Amino acid sequence: MTAAAPAGNGAPPLLQVEHLTMRFGGLVAIDDVSFMAPPGQITALIGPNGAGKTTVFNCLTGFYKPSVGRLTLNAPHGNFLLEQLDGFRIAQKAHVARTFQNIRLFAGMSTLENLVVAQHNKLMRASGYTVGGLFGIGGYGVAEREAVEIARHWLDRTGLMAKADWLAGSLPYGDQRRLEIARAMCTDPVLLCLDEPAAGLNARESADLNQLLLSIRGELGIGILLIEHDMSVVMGISDHIVVLDYGRKIADGTPEQIRSDVNVIKAYLGEAEDEPLPEAVAADLSHGA
Amino acid sequence: MTVREMSRPVAVAVPNLERLKHALAAGIITFLLTSLIVGIETVSSTGELTFNTRYKEVVIASIAVFFGSWVVSLMREGRPLPALFGGGAVTLVLGALLIWNNLDPSLTAWLPFNAPIVNWGVLIVPASICARAAQMAAAERARAEGRATPLAGVGKALEPALPWVGIVLLVGAIALPWLPLGERTQAKKIIDICTIVLTYIMLGWGLNIVVGLAGLLDLGYVAFYAVGAYTYAMLSVYFGWSFWICLPLSGVLAATFGVLLGFPVLRLRGDYLAIVTLGFGEMIRIIITNWRAVTGGPNGINNIPRATFFGLPMERDVPEGVVSFHQFFGLEYNPNHRVIFLYYLILICALVVNFVTMRLRKLPLGRAWEALREDETACRALGINPTNTKLTAFAMGAMFAGFAGSFFAVRNQFISPESFVFLESAVILAIVVLGGLGSQIGIVLATVVLIGLPELFRELKDYRMLAFGIGMVLIMIWRPGGLMAHREPTIRLHDKTRAPPAVAAAPKPAAEAAK
Repeated sequence: MTAAAPAGNGAPPLLQVEHLTMRFGGLVAIDDVSFMAPPGQITALIGPNGAGKTTVFNCLTGFYKPSVGRLTLNAPHGNFLLEQLDGFRIAQKAHVARTFQNIRLFAGMSTLENLVVAQHNKLMRASGYTVGGLFGIGGYGVAEREAVEIARHWLDRTGLMAKADWLAGSLPYGDQRRLEIARAMCTDPVLLCLDEPAAGLNARESADLNQLLLSIRGELGIGILLIEHDMSVVMGISDHIVVLDYGRKIADGTPEQIRSDVNVIKAYLGEAEDEPLPEAVAADLSHGA
Repeated sequence: MTVREMSRPVAVAVPNLERLKHALAAGIITFLLTSLIVGIETVSSTGELTFNTRYKEVVIASIAVFFGSWVVSLMREGRPLPALFGGGAVTLVLGALLIWNNLDPSLTAWLPFNAPIVNWGVLIVPASICARAAQMAAAERARAEGRATPLAGVGKALEPALPWVGIVLLVGAIALPWLPLGERTQAKKIIDICTIVLTYIMLGWGLNIVVGLAGLLDLGYVAFYAVGAYTYAMLSVYFGWSFWICLPLSGVLAATFGVLLGFPVLRLRGDYLAIVTLGFGEMIRIIITNWRAVTGGPNGINNIPRATFFGLPMERDVPEGVVSFHQFFGLEYNPNHRVIFLYYLILICALVVNFVTMRLRKLPLGRAWEALREDETACRALGINPTNTKLTAFAMGAMFAGFAGSFFAVRNQFISPESFVFLESAVILAIVVLGGLGSQIGIVLATVVLIGLPELFRELKDYRMLAFGIGMVLIMIWRPGGLMAHREPTIRLHDKTRAPPAVAAAPKPAAEAAK
C-alpha cells in the first residue's frame, strides 16, 4: 500500500516513512508501513494494543534500527535519513523529540532542572564543552539565563510555574505528563512524537492537553506525531490519522474518513465468528496441535 | 511536619500476657544464640585445646534482653516511664560500677563482661533507651499541655544553618595546625589523622562524581588511586622527577585508565557494572603485584622522595649548596613543619576537588550526569550523548583518585599492593553511600565518623573495626538515605524563602508512599 496522505500545499512532507519493517527474530512487529507527517499538522497513529505503534516511534527516534525502510525528515534546517543516525543524534541533530508511554522524567531532579537538561547540547556548546564554564570564561551565564527563560516559557504554557522547584517525581500524574511534553519542547524540535500523552488523564486534563497541542501546532508550525487510545483526543485534534493493526497499515486519512472505514471498525470491534482465521495464525495453531 | 513525626508508630495496646510471652521469647532466643557462642570459650593452653565456661555473661544477656524487650514494647505503646526509670537505673548502676572499677579493680566480678571496652559499649544500650524514653515522655507532657514538642523544630531550624557548617568546617580545617593541640608528638598525631581523613574525603568526593552524580556503581575505584600512587613513585624513583610535575601526570594517567575502563563497561548497568569494575580493580592490583621488574612486586617501592616546598626540601640535613625550608625562613628545624605542609597540601587538593565538583554540578555536564543517573533512556531521547557523559564521569573521578594516590605515595614514602586492596574501595564506597549519595558535606561527616573515629581510637585494637561496623549500622538505621540525603536543586526559579508551598509540599508524596 502506498502512502495516500494529504500532502498539504504541495510542500515536501516533514516526515516520510517508506516501507518501514521491523523484525524481532521471527516476529514481524511492523510490516511494510508507509505514511507521511506534514509540517504544521497533527498526525495520529492509532490501532489496537500490540499493533506496533510504539515500535514505529522507537524506529523513528533511534531506539530501534529498522530492518527495512527509509525514514526521511525534511526539516527546515536540513534533510536527514533517520534510520542512519545513531540513537541520541536523532534528537541532537535532526531535532526529533519524543515522550514515553510510561513517563520517563528525571524524578530526582527539580522540574526546572528537567527543562534545563533538555537544552543540554546548546548549553554544552555555550560552556565551551565544560572547560570554559569551569573557569568562568565565555558566555555560559548568558546562555543559562536564556535557557531558563525558555524553560519559564514552557512552565507557563503547561501551568507548572508554581511547581518549578519541586522534585519532578513528586508532581501529580497529570503534571508529570505535561512536564514531559514541556521537556520535549525545550529541545526545540521540528517533529514532536507523543506516546499516549492523555493516558491516565481525566476529562478536563485531556481537554487542556488538546488545547496545548493545538496551540503548539498553530504557533510553532512543527509536526506532531501522536499515539493515542483516547478517541476524544484523537478525533478532536488530529488532522490526519494512520491506523495500524498487527503491524500493517489498514487505513490512512482524515478523522471523518477513518470513522467510517470498514477495516478500522473491523480491527477495533472484531467481526463475525465465521470469519476464517488469518493464514499465519491458522498455520501456527495447527503446528502446535 | 517532619518525617520522623509521621512515622511514629500508632499506639496499640497489647495484652500483658502477650507482652510477657514476647519478652520471654526474646530472652530464650538470646539464650539459645549466646549459650554456645558466648557461653563456651575455647582456650589453647600448653598445646591442648580446652574450654572455659562463661555462664554469667549468658545469664546476664538473657535477663537484660527479657527486661529490655518488655520496656521497649511498653514504650512503643506510649508508656515510656518504665523504660525511662529502668533504663536510667541500669545506666546509673553500670556507670557507677565502671567508674568505681577504675579505682578498685576488685569489683571486676560484678561487671557483666570481662573486657572493659565491652562494658562501656553495653552501657550505651540502656542509656539510649533511657534517652529515647525521656524524649517521648517530654513530648507527651508537652502535648498534654498544648505546647510545641521539644526538638520538633530543631531539624527545620538546622536546615538554613547547613551552608554555615561547611564554612565552619573549612575555617576549622585551615586553623587546625595553629590550634593548641598539646605537645609535639600529640599535635603530630592529630594532624596525621586529619591528613588521613582528608585523603579519604578527597577520594570520597572523587567517587561521588561516579557513583553519586552519574549513578555508575564503581567497586574498583581504588585501582585509580593505585595508578596515581605508582605513577608518582615510579617516575620519581626511576627518573627523579619532582612531585609537582608528577602530580598532574598522575591525574592524567589515572583519567586515561578511567576512560580505558569506561569503554568496555558502557553498556552495563547496576550489578553488572559493579562486577566488572570490581574485576578491573583486582586486575590492576594483581598486575602491580606480579610485574616485579617494574613495580617491585609485593615488596612495593621504597624511599620515594619527599615533596619540596617550592623547591625547598623539608629536611634537617641537606646536601651542600641546597637551602632547606627551615634555613630559608630562619626557623628552628621542627619535623612537624613537614607534617603541617602535607596537611595543607592535601587540604588544598581536596578543596580543588570540591570546588570543581560544585562548579560541575551547575554546568550542563554535571546536570547531564545526574540526568543519566535518573534515566538513561530519557537522556538519549533528549540528544544527550550517553557515551561521552559516562566516560567524562569515569575520567573525572579517576583523575581525582590519581591526585590522591600521588599524595599518598609522597606522604608514606613507601607503597605496596597491600594498600590497594578491595577493602579500600569498599570503605570509600561506604563513605559515599553513608554520606548521602551526591552530598559533599555528607561525605565529610561520613569520613569523620568512619575513618576519623576508628583512627582516633586506635588503642582499642580489634574493637576498632567493631566501631566501624556499629557506626555504619547506626547510620543506616537512623538515616537510611545517608547522613545528608537532601539534594538542593542546582538552579531555582523561585527564591527558597519566598516559596514555602514548594518546600512544604515536597515531602507529601513520600508520606503517601509510606502509607
